[in-house]
Amino acid sequence: MILKGKVWKFGDDISTDHIAPGRYFHLRTNLPELAKHVLEDAREDFASKVQKGDIIVARRNFGLGSSREHAPRIIKLAGVSAIIANSFARIFYRNAVNIGLPLIEIKEVDNIDEGDVLEIDLQNGIVRNTTKNEEYRFIPMPKFMLDVIGEGGIENYIQKYGDYKL
Amino acid sequence: MGKTIAEKILSVKAGKDVLPGEIIVAKVDLALVQDGTGPLTVEVFDKFGFKKVKPSKSVLFIDHAAPSPRKELSNAHNILRDFSKRTDAMVSDVGEGVSHQIMAERYVKPGDLLVGADSHTCTGGALGAFSTGMGSTDLALAFGLGKVWLKVPETFLFNLKGKLPKGVYSKDIILHIIGKIGADGATYKAMEFTGEVLNQLTQEARLTISNMAVEAGAKVGLIPTDETTREYLKMRGREEDFSEIKADPDAKYEKVFDIDVSSLEPVVSFPHTVDNTRTIKEAEGIKVDQVFLGSCTNGRIEDLRIAASILKGKKKNKDLRLIIVPASKEVYLQALKEGLLEIFVEAGGTVMAPGCGPCVGVHEGVLGDGEKVLSTQNRNFLGRMGNPKGEIYLASPATAAATAIEGVITDPRKYLG
Repeated sequence: MILKGKVWKFGDDISTDHIAPGRYFHLRTNLPELAKHVLEDAREDFASKVQKGDIIVARRNFGLGSSREHAPRIIKLAGVSAIIANSFARIFYRNAVNIGLPLIEIKEVDNIDEGDVLEIDLQNGIVRNTTKNEEYRFIPMPKFMLDVIGEGGIENYIQKYGDYKL
Repeated sequence: MGKTIAEKILSVKAGKDVLPGEIIVAKVDLALVQDGTGPLTVEVFDKFGFKKVKPSKSVLFIDHAAPSPRKELSNAHNILRDFSKRTDAMVSDVGEGVSHQIMAERYVKPGDLLVGADSHTCTGGALGAFSTGMGSTDLALAFGLGKVWLKVPETFLFNLKGKLPKGVYSKDIILHIIGKIGADGATYKAMEFTGEVLNQLTQEARLTISNMAVEAGAKVGLIPTDETTREYLKMRGREEDFSEIKADPDAKYEKVFDIDVSSLEPVVSFPHTVDNTRTIKEAEGIKVDQVFLGSCTNGRIEDLRIAASILKGKKKNKDLRLIIVPASKEVYLQALKEGLLEIFVEAGGTVMAPGCGPCVGVHEGVLGDGEKVLSTQNRNFLGRMGNPKGEIYLASPATAAATAIEGVITDPRKYLG
């Protein structure tokens, strides 16, 4: 699977409170409304300007905090095709796999600037920065996780196979 | 080859010997969701066409916004109540308290696999259970299939040595550890705690340590079981739930940290990350507008006793609000019997219904612009308590009580005789 999109840059420790703030707790049963506030406490204009296919690039520990699956769901709903970071918090990573949002860990996030265009090859573990003509390598996800992402999430995966296939 | 606690429990639940890094499917004993994550679980569960819940205990906790402050959340609560009626999942409704405290009091037993759609599900690790947080969809599958996929974590061992000084508590130990290793210092790992300090900690104090494992990024925060664990279960009529859980002597740890607590001082986490820790000396004198005593981290009876011993016969500072939220009905009733709630109210505090209280930023003490709070909860992210223009400081119940009296962050040791 090849993904292509334009970059939005974020820093370290973007928490689930930045992504889906607690003051919108009552919108958790209304994801399209909640998505209008996605990442509002990190960048106020993100939700209104993000385009379909865009890629988030962040530094360390993206998605730390709460287990709220609403966080990766509204990022996906807003049109983001993948997130690249130095590292991800564990529950966020797991939730993203389950809902079919690809996450990539690379070291070179500081080489990438806002607005750069990236191409991501998930199976082969390559990020191509077509703006800067650079390539960054990453270790592809384990097969099980790639299978889940390939099906668009664990809902489709389980509907298809009826169980976890390891 | 010897196993860590995490590897031992997951081997049993996977029905085979497991190795760190391996992806497994494991049988779930206990599963929980709460009012923030549960409605999405219900939606996914229904899409799969599941009819009944499989784990021996599946519980829907109404604790994050209880009682409900607005109609959307009242409707979300009703989704959980209706789900309970048709699937055999239990509801823990308004007035019962925070999921993690109730799981510890009533349901978790050593060796269990507990999964919860709440990040602080790791609290159960203090009872020797593999207890971890995950998402709503995971919980729909845990409810419907009775099993989850898991990557077996490598383990970091924390050897707690020395003697815990007066005025320093398990909250200070875990804040100190997170400050030392960072908010991502144990990401994807199991934290396991050992050492002579465990003998100086009650079961309640241990729950505080495991509760905050996720704040270092960890999957679980495991503590071996012992006579203290047995006594805790026995007091609740659950002695038969006890079993010994400990690592093999030749278990392999990815890293070992020696933590000497003898010279620790009270710790405060500054805004806006939990690992932004300072000693009390660097925090003293900061004016706060609110003090919150409670949460799944520090809303237990022992916490309320410590705070009440400092607040007894005194008044809170007139310029701040003091909010107290017992973690569960059991804690609330015990505090009532012991006269603790009277002490808090006489001191000028407000005692609220058992639950998460203001920690999640939904109700019961949302911060105003530019306001500061000193809280006994586990997390101080920007916006956590409902306002990105507020600032959250984290500390122990003793520090919270001393701060409530003086109106500025205060070293509790001056009130401890």
